[in-house]
Amino acid sequence: MDILNALVLFANFVVIPATVYGAQLALGALGVTLIFGILRFANFAHGELMAFGAMITILMTWYLQGIGVSLGPLPTALLALPVGIVGAVIMVLLTDRMVYRFYRRTRANPIIMAIVSVGVMFVMAGLVRFVIGPNDQNFSDGVRFLIRAREFKQMTGLDEGLAIKLTQVITVVIAVLVVGILFWFLQKTRAGKAMRAYSDNEDLALLSGIDPDRVVMIAWMITAVLATIAGVLYGLDKSFKPFIYMQLLLPVFASAIVGGVGQPVGAILGGFVIAFSEVTITYAYKKFLTYLAPESWAPEGLVQLLSTDYKFAVSFIILVAVLLIRPTGIIRGKVI
Amino acid sequence: MKFLSALNMTGGYGMGADIIHGCDITVEKGEIAVIVGPNGAGKSTAMKAVFGMLNLREGTVVLGGQDITNLAPQDRVAIGMGFVPQNYNVFVSMTVQENLEMGAFIRRDDFTETMEQVYSLFPILKDKRYQPAGELSGGQRQQVAVGRALMTKPKLLMLDEPTAGVSPIVMDDLFDKILEIAKTGIAILMVEQNARQALEIADHGFVLVQGQNRFTDTGQALLADPEVRRSFLGG
Repeated sequence: MDILNALVLFANFVVIPATVYGAQLALGALGVTLIFGILRFANFAHGELMAFGAMITILMTWYLQGIGVSLGPLPTALLALPVGIVGAVIMVLLTDRMVYRFYRRTRANPIIMAIVSVGVMFVMAGLVRFVIGPNDQNFSDGVRFLIRAREFKQMTGLDEGLAIKLTQVITVVIAVLVVGILFWFLQKTRAGKAMRAYSDNEDLALLSGIDPDRVVMIAWMITAVLATIAGVLYGLDKSFKPFIYMQLLLPVFASAIVGGVGQPVGAILGGFVIAFSEVTITYAYKKFLTYLAPESWAPEGLVQLLSTDYKFAVSFIILVAVLLIRPTGIIRGKVI
Repeated sequence: MKFLSALNMTGGYGMGADIIHGCDITVEKGEIAVIVGPNGAGKSTAMKAVFGMLNLREGTVVLGGQDITNLAPQDRVAIGMGFVPQNYNVFVSMTVQENLEMGAFIRRDDFTETMEQVYSLFPILKDKRYQPAGELSGGQRQQVAVGRALMTKPKLLMLDEPTAGVSPIVMDDLFDKILEIAKTGIAILMVEQNARQALEIADHGFVLVQGQNRFTDTGQALLADPEVRRSFLGG
């Protein structure tokens, strides 16, 4: 019996990675939920928007690294992030102007808008692959670890190590900051309240003199900011590969729907629900149980519910279950 | 010419058939005008025409001497029209106070005084100002809806069946409030199902049948008219 080692092991391989992943999903899901709340369609291009914003950030990071600018221990990408955000904002405003606005004016059915966004997704995906290529790109620099497993072992004298990467801390801190600012904006500012009003009751918002074009523009801009930050944080934490961002679309959508579509708080809850389910279900508990049980009881297999190869199946199953049992999500949202 | 003179209005929704035919609606400041009539007479449509929500093929709408026939509804709000729709007339996920703030969205000046006036007209709203409007009762929601429309300090307030679906006690209370609002000099135009009660508080009544004015008179005169009583007020 060694409860401490078991807890450290669990924290190192489940709690910390899932928290970081949850923060990334939450930021992604917030963008999806915002677009659904304001423009009333499921934006399938969101994953590629994350990739696009991250790509611009990476290009800028390389440039900064090339001319010898750095943030010391922090990754240079943080310095390049504003440029990536501006790039993504320009991208969404252009697509809205050239594509979505036409369908909005004709009052197209939400399902048509969703299909249109699939088209935008393919165009954006092609653009990203054309510019930066389909391969893995490494752009993180600065200090890698805040606490190393070996140091942790020496410090505490435990058999298990706890490693915390700097990017993990950055991810959580930035996510908390961004969510804080977003909620302040939605709750306290005139423009934020106008967005909530528009999302709540479009006709009455128009009657009250709220300019729909402005609300839509702000929604796109916030979405681009959130998507870029989520994309860059994910890229820093794992690595940047365009294909991965397309795959991220499923857990991001699942988070938004599980939490309740159109509900910002729900998107955050959903992000963590999906992340923790995915990590806890694909984690092999053999070592964890070995610490807790007498030696002779040690399990023979890996005690892994699902191979990590199937991690996306977890979001998919949760998604289907939620749609069948509680289509409105945890916090009562709209039904897609 | 009265403060609001919507004369000879003919039109329908979009490209569809005409619903109102040569319909006249007029209201003077500080007066209450009520549009009554059987189901499908075009009562709500006539009011929406005044507000610019349908295409008029003929007729003019003049407010305070200004011809606004070609103005969009949003622009009519800016020049002093307040409209309370029959359904979905509050932001359910927002607090009472935020609903009032959204009502004042087009105002760039300080609107705290107007908000205090709304709260003194509907004291219950002040108690519930931090509650989401969706959690209020039907009558309280109607108060929020009327309060929201009052936030722009309209000169003409239009109410589309304000008492639909509320209990008789709440209805009497709402009518009292509407009388109070009219006393401040605002012109009120109202569509009502509860014709008898509405005509009792009305200065003028317009009885519409099949999109046309059938009877137009003071509220009391219409109530006393045996033909109106027999046809529309149930004896």
